[in-house]
Parts: sequence; C-alpha cells; structure tokens
Amino acid sequence: MIEVIFYVFAAVLLFAGLRVITAKNPVHAALYLVLSFFNGAALWMLMQAEFLAVSLIVVYVGAVMVLFLFVVMMLDINFEELRKGFWKYVPVAGVVAVVMAVEMVLILTHRAAQIEGAQLVNHPAGYNNAKVLGQLIYTEYFLPFQLAAVLLLVGMIAAIALTLRKRKNTKYINPADQIQVKRNDRVKIVSMPAEERPSVEAPKADDGQA
Amino acid sequence: MNIMTWSSLNAGVATPEIFLLCATCAILLIDVFLSDAKRHISYVLTLATLVATGCLLVAGYSLQPLLAFNGMFVADPLASLSKLGMVVGVILMLVYGRGYAVARGLFRGELFTLTLCALLGMMVMASAVNFVVLYVGLELLSLSLYALVALQRDSSRSTEAAMKYFILGALASGLLLYGMSMIYGATQSLDVFVISQKIANDEANRLLAVFGIVFIVTGLGFKLGAVPFHMWAPDVYDGAPTLISQLIGSAPKVAAFAFIMRILAQALEGFAFDWRSMLMVLAVLSLVIGNLTAIAQVNIKRMFAYSTISHMGFLLLGIMAATPGGYAAAFFYAMTYMLTAAAGFGIIMLLSREGFEADQIADFRGLNKRSPWFAAMMLIVMFSMAGIPVFVGFFAKLAIIQALVGLGLVWLAVIAVLMSVIGAFYYLRIVKVMYFEDPTDAAPIAAGTDAKLVLSVNCLLLLVLGMMPDRLLTALTTALQFSLHTGL
Repeated sequence: MIEVIFYVFAAVLLFAGLRVITAKNPVHAALYLVLSFFNGAALWMLMQAEFLAVSLIVVYVGAVMVLFLFVVMMLDINFEELRKGFWKYVPVAGVVAVVMAVEMVLILTHRAAQIEGAQLVNHPAGYNNAKVLGQLIYTEYFLPFQLAAVLLLVGMIAAIALTLRKRKNTKYINPADQIQVKRNDRVKIVSMPAEERPSVEAPKADDGQA
Repeated sequence: MNIMTWSSLNAGVATPEIFLLCATCAILLIDVFLSDAKRHISYVLTLATLVATGCLLVAGYSLQPLLAFNGMFVADPLASLSKLGMVVGVILMLVYGRGYAVARGLFRGELFTLTLCALLGMMVMASAVNFVVLYVGLELLSLSLYALVALQRDSSRSTEAAMKYFILGALASGLLLYGMSMIYGATQSLDVFVISQKIANDEANRLLAVFGIVFIVTGLGFKLGAVPFHMWAPDVYDGAPTLISQLIGSAPKVAAFAFIMRILAQALEGFAFDWRSMLMVLAVLSLVIGNLTAIAQVNIKRMFAYSTISHMGFLLLGIMAATPGGYAAAFFYAMTYMLTAAAGFGIIMLLSREGFEADQIADFRGLNKRSPWFAAMMLIVMFSMAGIPVFVGFFAKLAIIQALVGLGLVWLAVIAVLMSVIGAFYYLRIVKVMYFEDPTDAAPIAAGTDAKLVLSVNCLLLLVLGMMPDRLLTALTTALQFSLHTGL
C-alpha cells in the first residue's frame, strides 16, 4: 500500500517539476512548483519525517512561493519573449537528458551496484522528529548551522548592496539643519527706491473684457 | 549520538575564523555610520583585520592536526598554510584595487564585508573535514563572489557576468551535492576520515562511490574552470570589475586546491585509480584548449582567463599524480600562481584610471617608454606565467613535470611542455608590445605609492622564490606530509 502511495506522489512530483520549466505562463509555473513542494512533503511524511514535511510547506509554500507569485504578478515582463531560444534547444537538451538518465539507471540497477531496496523507517510511538533534529543541529552540527547563518547574512548584505538606491525625489529633511537656520538664510532685504503709484487706467481695460 | 562537550567543541582551534567573523560583523556595523568621505576608515579596518587574521594563523600553526567542532573542522599545516596564502591574496587585491574601486564608485562598505565573507568561506573550505561543512564553505565563497561580480550594478556587462556565474555555479553546486550524497550512500558517512577508513576496510559500495565521484569531479571542474566546464570563466573575468576578477583568479584557486585535497586525496584516496583518469582528461583538455584559445584574445582579461584555465590544467596534473611529490608540486603551483595572478591583475588596475580600462593588449603598447618600472613588473609577471627559468613559474611547472616523469607518464609531461611552449607565445607578445612598439596613449599613470611598493615586493617575491624555491617547496611538502599521513 505504501509503495503505491509512494509511486503516485513521486509521479505527480516529476510531472509538476517538468511543468515548472515548460509552462508558458509564469504564474502556472510557480503554482506547479507549489504542487511539487506538496508532493515532496508527502514523500517525507511517508518516511515519518513530519517536521521536515511541515516546515517545507510552511517555509516554501507559505512564505517563499507566495512572495514569488507576488513578484511575478507585479512585473510586466513577457516571459515568452525572454525564452524565445528555449524551444529551439529543447530537442538537443532532451536527448542529452534522456541519455544521461538511461545511463544512470543502467549503472544504479546493475547487479554489481548491490543497492538494497529502501527500508522505510518505523519509529515507536512518541518519537519526536523535531527534538532529534534540534539536538543534532545544536550539538553535533553546530559548525555548519552557524555557517549557514553567515550564509544568510551574506545573502542579506548582497540583496541590499544590489538593490538599495537613494531616491532622487525624496522629501527627507535633516532636523539639525532646520534648527540651525538663521534669519539671514531665509529672508533677504532688498532696498528699492520709492516708486510712483501706477495709473488707474490699467484695471479698466480688464473690466471691459469681463 | 555524540554528546557535545567543551573538549569536543575545542573552538580555540578555529580562533582565526572566529576572529574574522566577529571583525566582519563589526566592520559591517561601523561602516553604516561612516559618510562616503570617511570610507577609508573601513578600508583600514579591513586591512587590519586581514593582518590580524594572518598573525593568528601564524601563532596557531601546529604540525600536528587539531580537531574541533565534533570532528568537523581541522587545523593542520595544509589548512594553515593555504589560509595564509588566501589572506595574502585578499590583502593584495585590496591594496591594488583601492584606486580602481574609488574611481568606479565601488569603494563601498559592501565591498569589504563581502570580500571578508568570501575569505571566511575559503578558510572553511580549507579546514573542513565533513562534507556538509565543505559544501557550506564553498557556498559562502560562491555567494559572496556572485554579489561582488554584480556590485557595479549599472554596468550591464557586470550583471550579465554575474548571472552567468550564478547559474553555472548553482548547477555545479547541484552536481557536487549529488555526488556527495552518493558517497554518503556508499559509505554511510559524511566524515572525511571515516569515509577513507571505510574505503580502506573495503566496506564501501564501490560502484555507487565511483558514480558519485563522477559528479564530484564534474562539480569541481566547474568551480575550477577546467575544460570542458570552463565556458563561464572568460565572460566572468571580462565582465567583472578587474578588482573582482583578481579576487576570483587568485585566492580561491588555493582554496580549491585544499578543497580537492580534502575530498579526493583524503576522503576518496582509496578510489584514486578512478578519479585519476577523470582528472587526466580534464587536465589535458584544459592545457590544450586554454593555451590555444588564449592566443586569439585581444582583451588581456580574457587572455588571463584562458591562461588561468591552462594553469588549472597544470594544477590538476599535479593532483592527478596522487603521490606526495605530485601533491606538493600542485600546492606550490597553487600558491605561486596566486601571487603571479594577483600581480598581473594588479598592473591592469594600476594602469586604469577614471573612465578608462587598460584591458586591451593594445593599451600596453610602448609601456616601457611611459613607465619603465611598470613595464619591468609586467615583464616579470609574464615571464613567470610563461615558465621562463629564474622566475617562479618555471620551478612550479618543473616540479609538476618531475612528479609526472617519476610516475613514468612521459607522454603527459611532453604534452605539458609542448603546451607551455605554445603558451609562451602570448605571454611574450605582451612583452614585445610593451618594449618594441610606440605608445598610443600618453596619459600619465596615476598609481598610489602604497600599491607601487606592494607590487614591487610582490614581483620581487616572484623572482626570489624562483631563485630559491627549495625552502617554500620543503615547507609545503612537510605540511602535506603531516596533514595527509598522520592518523587522527
């Protein structure tokens, strides 16, 4: 029974992955990616790795893909135009991919490979996936965990360095400059000679028109 | 499951890395409060950090390997010496590149922090003895480099180069990771020492491991820029700001050497027969295609890219020998190539000025009449790269060829020599252009005194190491001996 479920999810996963790169509409591609994440999570669930399955859905589907969909919908880009060359190279790339896949299958299913069939784990009741993972990450895998954090820091610095620009029409004012303003900076007294009163005939012409 | 204790954490072994990370974070924060006019404070702080990291490395040098972080990190002579080389490479890049970066608006806080993060990644690559840590170190380096290439964000060429680098780098990481997962499947371990132990005891699934090695070698080939995985190199070297081309072309090559040693020579030593033939193909193709294509280049940065490809071929030949002599020769090659490439890119940057990039071979015309000193420095770099005696490049090549002949691989040695002779053509062409043609560009060369001084020392080192290569070679040989053949 579990085998049947595995093959169903795996088949849908492969189909969704293929559609991600072949779908013409980028929104459809993103939704297929969501589908493939769900199937991946289901496969993890079969292996009783429930924490990984749930975090995959929460992090990728809930946060990353939703943001991604927003970006795709906001941008007014003709994706079909961008990938004009894509369909031209599909036959060659497809042949190479099929040859490689067949080779890999032949090697891995060869008698000399001696790969035993996967054994599904069966944890006792009350086994806590998140606890085991947490214990490993915070003790044995302390170094890679810290370095992964540095990796995120680099990602943040890079994103800011590449996208942050000073806006030209900003209305920002510096309070320090405002306080230090003197009367002489703002008001200019110009001495002008006294002038005669203009004649009263000019407004009369305006009245006639109105 | 291992319970972590202070003794198994042993974090003191990683003092240089911990200091570097803390200093990077401090510079990141300090830089935010500095105005553009005071940016040189971050620059000085960055240089001070690098010098201090170098001092910590020297102070913590030990011939016996020391493990830390539950056996995931090792400080052995191979790691310490290659880290020293990387620190020197990054210092050279910052000193040569200061004027260049200021003129192009690249003299920003992110340049310093991302460079330091890249260095941290390289240092982790050299010290990691667990596949997960090795991979994270590599990603730390790569991610910083992608961002640095794109740092000149209004230049479409830089952006294009960064995209190419990013996509091919991601593909290479994927291949490498797939290969590592196969090795994990074959040996049930990610630890370098456990894997080599299991292979030695014949407990590993041979077919699965060799299948994984194919993907690992492919991934490494992409990262090194070895033919046939070299397509990104010329475009990235050409499109990136020269400062970053220098960073990509110098220090990471030493890190890549240490990385390959950890994976192939330490973990997968038992399957040397299998990966040697793969490396041989990569090396021969790199030598032939790198040297032949370099002849056709008119852009000196592209020429350097193809020449790097051919030098990586030499490096792979040394590793391919899989003997202590071969490894030591490859280590010597990586270290001295780092110095040579740094000086070469440094001269391009020092000859450039605001709004002018000295990246065409024609820009070097009659350099001797404009500045005999710069011409002499370039002459040393070119002679060293071509492998002309007395300069260090010659001894680096000689050591590799000796290792090959010692194994009876005379035909490989003959190919290497033939390709070096062909390669000498395009290096000597630059010398000819500098000394026997008339200058077309009369603008004065405005290079800072600090950069000139460091460049003089750098080029003098190429000459001195060429005359007395024995001490460095002996030091590197001893380092490798203690790192690879001491049971932990």
